[in-house]
Amino acid sequence: MIRFENISKTFGKHTVLQNIALTFEQGQAVAIVGPNGSGKTTLIKSLLGMVIPDTGSIYVDNQNIKHDFSYRSKIGYMPQIGHYPPNLSIRQLIEMMTDIRKGIIDSKQLDFDIIKDFELEKIYEKKLGTLSGGTKQKVSAALAFLFDPQILILDEPTAGLDPLASEILKQKIFKEKNKGKLILLTSHILSDLEELSSHLLYIQDGQIQLFKQLSQLKEEYDETRLSKIIARLMQVKLSPSLPQPYWV
Amino acid sequence: MNKVIKYVIYDILRNKFVMSYTLLLLLVSLAFFGFEADANKGLLSLLNIILMVVPLVSIIFTTIQFYNSYEFLELLSAQPIGRKTIFLSQYLGIGISLCLAFVIGVGLPTILLEGTTKGLTLILCGLLLTLVFVSLALLASVCTKDKAKGIGIALAIWFYFSIVYDGFVLTALLSFSDYPLEKASLFFTTLNPSDLARIIILMKLDISALLGMTGAIFQQFFSSILGIFIAIVLLILWIIVPAWRALAIFNKKDL
Repeated sequence: MIRFENISKTFGKHTVLQNIALTFEQGQAVAIVGPNGSGKTTLIKSLLGMVIPDTGSIYVDNQNIKHDFSYRSKIGYMPQIGHYPPNLSIRQLIEMMTDIRKGIIDSKQLDFDIIKDFELEKIYEKKLGTLSGGTKQKVSAALAFLFDPQILILDEPTAGLDPLASEILKQKIFKEKNKGKLILLTSHILSDLEELSSHLLYIQDGQIQLFKQLSQLKEEYDETRLSKIIARLMQVKLSPSLPQPYWV
Repeated sequence: MNKVIKYVIYDILRNKFVMSYTLLLLLVSLAFFGFEADANKGLLSLLNIILMVVPLVSIIFTTIQFYNSYEFLELLSAQPIGRKTIFLSQYLGIGISLCLAFVIGVGLPTILLEGTTKGLTLILCGLLLTLVFVSLALLASVCTKDKAKGIGIALAIWFYFSIVYDGFVLTALLSFSDYPLEKASLFFTTLNPSDLARIIILMKLDISALLGMTGAIFQQFFSSILGIFIAIVLLILWIIVPAWRALAIFNKKDL
């Protein structure tokens, strides 16, 4: 479904991605894990066309994404922090996003689950500038799921949400995963990743260190908890003199 | 493309800064037309304000607006629309909103109180200047990711065109005053959009004598229909070229 072919990217002297070759298939829920600055965000951004790789190509459904933006109608993206035009209301933002897809997507297929579950209708006329960080996050989630996309890219989806909202969102992600969608997740909350994902992609220094099924990993390492596995992964990669990762 | 512009304009028009800008222009216009018995003098005073305030507000507001909507531009670029559409919707959204503010603030009072060709020239020049500085601001904004740096560049551009440039030209003209520099000074003018706008209006107001030595040459050149036409085309080029450069950079930019 998504194929990265030898993607490299440098910012100035700093190499962020180095010869990334990857294939994601339908039905996978991939947890993308790696230390800060390891290239996770750049990987996601290059898939979305926000960052243009120096070399290599990315294919979505066998279509090269370089000169054609139509593939993005298949993607629902939830950014880490949502910043929206402050004077628009939630209703107008949703209208705009629907307008952009007019003719591409049938408006009957819209998925209002998240909007209903988060009770966003009650604050539909509120200006986006007046919303709290958590509420903005809810709006971002609503937009990501609204068009029932085949691919979901969720960047730290539960960060900033209250426990109830976070649970609702996780339920929704789980539901979409079971429908056979491709889900790419980044998070520093490993328990969330463990609940939701089927595969683990571990990136460090712009290179893929590991891309495996979670169940297989658990067998290999003889561990039942993802945090332990990742701790061991990082210990192998990092020199022993460095302090342990904060979550261990 | 108009799918996005509509919402950008809607957002900006409710911006308090744009509202205050409109109100300020309206107050200044009414004041000048009210205080000056001679409408020509009113226009002239208004011109001086416009040549300073319009570029300053346009360039600063556009830059700040661009950086404030940066994350939103990111989100838009994850939607099924092209970079060109995103850029143009920002450009036109900001441009149309600021032009609307100018039309309400300066346009309406001028048409009501001094609806001559002179008044209309002033409005046209104000609108063109607005768009020129929106273009320059976007060019400055796409060049750097750092907000403070972007605003700094924008301020420097305004400072250069509104204050420093005239000083340079004057120094050059004085140092080489032994040579015939009429043609050169004409050429220097085309390199500064503010000067172009100023001269178009001054010529329309028929007070070019105030311009002194080179006034005659300007009079000769700019008073003809062709002269004014060329000046307007040059101003339009000042809109298109920076905007086009900014678009080219934005197309390849990593957000």
